[in-house]
Amino acid sequence: VGWLTTSLILLPLGAALLVWLFPWDPFTAGAIALLAAFGEVGLWIECLFRFNFDKGGLQLDQRTSWFSDLHVSYHVGMYGFSLWLVGLTVVVQAAAIIYAFWAGRTGARAYFGLMLLLTAAIVGVFTAQDLLLFYVFWEAMLIPLYVLIGVWGGPGRLGATIKFFIYTMAGSLLMLASIIVLGLSQGTFDLTATYQSSSDWIFLGFVAAFAVKAPLFPLHGWLPDAYRESPAEVSAVLSGLVSKAAIYGFIRIAITKFPEPTKDFRTVILVLAAIGLIYGSLLAFRAPDIRGVIAYSSLAQLGLITFGVFAVNDLGLNGAVLQMVNHGLISAALFLLAGGIERRATTGDFSRLGGFARGRPLLATVLMTTGIIGLAVPGSSAFAGEFEILAGVFSVDWGYAVVGAVAIVLAAMYMLRLISAVLHQSPGPAVSPQALDLRPAELSAVVPLVACLLALSVWPAAITQRSFTNDQGSKDVSTQFEAAK
Amino acid sequence: VIKTPHVDWFALAPELFLLGAAGVALMAAVLLPRRIRRDVGALAATAGFTGAFVYAILIYVHTPEVQSVIADSVRRDRFGALAQVIVCGAGLLTVGVAFGGRMREHIAEFYALLAAAGAGMCFFVTANNLMTLFLGLEWFSISLYILCAIDRELEGSLEAGLKYLIIGGFGSAVLLFGSALVYGATGEIAFNKIADAISAQHLTGDALLVAGLAMLIVGLGFKASAAPFHQWTPDVYEGAPTPVTGFMAAATKTVALVVTLRILRTAFPQEAHLWTIALAVIACASLAIGNLAALAQRSVKRMLAYSSISHAGFMLIPIASDNALGARALLYYLIPYSALSIGAFAVVAARERELAAPVTLDNLAGMGWERPLLGVAMCTFMFGFAGLPPTGGFVGKFYAFSAAYEHGWTWLVIVGVVATAVSLYYYLAVIRAMYMRPATELQLGAAAPVAGGAPPRDAMLQASVVLSLAVVVGSFIAVEPLIHVAKLAAESLPF
Repeated sequence: VGWLTTSLILLPLGAALLVWLFPWDPFTAGAIALLAAFGEVGLWIECLFRFNFDKGGLQLDQRTSWFSDLHVSYHVGMYGFSLWLVGLTVVVQAAAIIYAFWAGRTGARAYFGLMLLLTAAIVGVFTAQDLLLFYVFWEAMLIPLYVLIGVWGGPGRLGATIKFFIYTMAGSLLMLASIIVLGLSQGTFDLTATYQSSSDWIFLGFVAAFAVKAPLFPLHGWLPDAYRESPAEVSAVLSGLVSKAAIYGFIRIAITKFPEPTKDFRTVILVLAAIGLIYGSLLAFRAPDIRGVIAYSSLAQLGLITFGVFAVNDLGLNGAVLQMVNHGLISAALFLLAGGIERRATTGDFSRLGGFARGRPLLATVLMTTGIIGLAVPGSSAFAGEFEILAGVFSVDWGYAVVGAVAIVLAAMYMLRLISAVLHQSPGPAVSPQALDLRPAELSAVVPLVACLLALSVWPAAITQRSFTNDQGSKDVSTQFEAAK
Repeated sequence: VIKTPHVDWFALAPELFLLGAAGVALMAAVLLPRRIRRDVGALAATAGFTGAFVYAILIYVHTPEVQSVIADSVRRDRFGALAQVIVCGAGLLTVGVAFGGRMREHIAEFYALLAAAGAGMCFFVTANNLMTLFLGLEWFSISLYILCAIDRELEGSLEAGLKYLIIGGFGSAVLLFGSALVYGATGEIAFNKIADAISAQHLTGDALLVAGLAMLIVGLGFKASAAPFHQWTPDVYEGAPTPVTGFMAAATKTVALVVTLRILRTAFPQEAHLWTIALAVIACASLAIGNLAALAQRSVKRMLAYSSISHAGFMLIPIASDNALGARALLYYLIPYSALSIGAFAVVAARERELAAPVTLDNLAGMGWERPLLGVAMCTFMFGFAGLPPTGGFVGKFYAFSAAYEHGWTWLVIVGVVATAVSLYYYLAVIRAMYMRPATELQLGAAAPVAGGAPPRDAMLQASVVLSLAVVVGSFIAVEPLIHVAKLAAESLPF
């Protein structure tokens, strides 16, 4: 049944070609993209049913040789945790495409084609089981993002794209060097082959790419510009999905293949994550606009998720996967809402916003719900995720848990500040009384995301108990890690 | 009575086809009325390149073993045949790019010279001794000197031709002098016999031999436009008619690099400890100079010229690695690289014809939206040069770096990776200019009036661009068959 995974990649790719090659009018182009996005969700649900969670290990995989002399193959498949991340991808991409459709982007064919290409690339990253294929998808992710930000972004888009591209490519190319050295020295590029490397340099090449993309402090220089200048739905994808690809890389490659170097550099990475967590939270608290808050809160949340990953134990890893899904949904929903607010008020500056709740109950409810879940109120799925992460990292050192707990308090502060500055207080100068409540189209983009969050709040174990089962799971990852002492 | 050697006409078929085509085109220039000269010339060149292309493939298929033909002066093998295929493919695409051009004077001669240059290149890559090497080199070089200068209405064309003639002549002289020194040291001119003589007479490290080897490398370096022998490249690439520039970037570089690998590997295997280092240094210099200078360019042709210098560096990496993987990497990389070069210069040519002005980053603004096909193609070519998927440029770089790693030169991999990172900046500048500048910045002012509105679509040029695009993307997907072909070709060399 490997065709399922392959078709998850090929469906958006084919739809993108379809959109590009024929002279559709904007509405039809959007409709095709939308259909493809829904098709993706359908395919993923089919995967979910076919996936045997009791068995664990790599499933729904397919393998064809790509070029045999260097043992590179097209090998895709999913582990439990990749399945959830692919699910996150198809849901968030569907929401982003609905939003873009509603927002009516100019150059619709180019735009939707690129969005579909991006979907294919992200799904590819989460399913690739060959180092070179992983790299191909990793880079393929960058191309549509570059054009989407550079063409449809805000006034400062050119600077933002240059920064974004230079940062991420510098990291990626170091990863390419690492991939070449690792693949050739092991004699295979297949990720499922059981080998481990103890080379610090190769490890650091991978970490460079992932740390830039996540981003980890102090490699976040591209983040505020890129998140501010992108169209709202592209920001949603950037912070919701692309950053997760980096964390996925940490779990799938850095820790699994390099247990010894992970051990050597764990403290450094955890400390950087801690700094990012506090620093990001503080910046989010001081940010003057909606997107600034979400952008910096992303930096903070990624620090927290990194905590969970580099705790390298069951609790930490399970919590990290849950929190990746949570944060993906939350930040995507927030960015889409921010886009809606900016359309109504023409600005995201807090100084000119306020009083949005009056007469706009839907917007108020949705934003409030997302925000409350985002600040990890007990009972929410974010609470479950963060709790597991903190419990996991506690066993490494209690100091990290303290930092994490402080950050959760800070999260409450910046999130409540955002909610209050947008919804409450007296109406700001940019808020016209005529500004409408959320339209049905916007609701259809955001509500499913919030619904997923609520569902996960009810049953977080859906993910935490089905991410790493048996083989290659957190047990496996952490035992390998322990064995490397 | 002079005893003539047996001639294997089959091995010479590509050259003969192209020479025939050149002859037909030349006759057309003299005998036919002016209005059909262009069509007949282009048709003759197309027929010549197609025939040569087919025969090169046939030679490839029917030559599983290396054969020395015509008194050992020419080597019939898959290595040369694959290079001929690339050259003829490049020639075919160039005919398509040139066809819609503005030039009407001497147009049949243009195609005659193009075919003659192709013939010279096909001969050059099969050369098996120092004489045929020099003969082939001069054969295609002289054709190219004239091609660069043929458009007398084009500003800088004559200057480009002259500059290329003088510097190219200097490079040829160095190569010839080097050949003389090698002959003086070994008493042999055939490549394989030079290697035998070196081992038989224990000449390794002999001063005369090493000096000759160095001069051979320098002479070939001029043709491959590798730094520090690159100074002519930006001016000549900028001044020459754009289709010719594309042909030079693709085919001349191909043959120069292929012959470099052949001569070093066949004639000087014992000196590998010297020339691997020398080539690695030249590669690093080309990467550094090409990439850094390209950053500062506003003229797209100059930028692509510097990019071609940096690509000489990228493709010298596998040669310097001196292993079978490297030979494979080079032969593979040349396929997407040639398509990338011709395609990119074809898009520049199309823009040039629209604007009737040299193409700069500024007047590229908005092109992506006006000409969707050319825009998407140019985007892909830039990603290909930068080594991003989904293009063959990515796989080519991957193989080149792998070869360096296999040689044990991880530092060269790092240099290549850093150079790639730098190169992204100027390749993306093209995409930025085409798509991300608002239309108001369009430089279609009074300085460059487009007579009679939008120019008609140039179907031949677009076909060439689409074909290049197909090769660039296709070589990414069909790596296995292409690498297999390159592998069999590389087996012709003694590794």
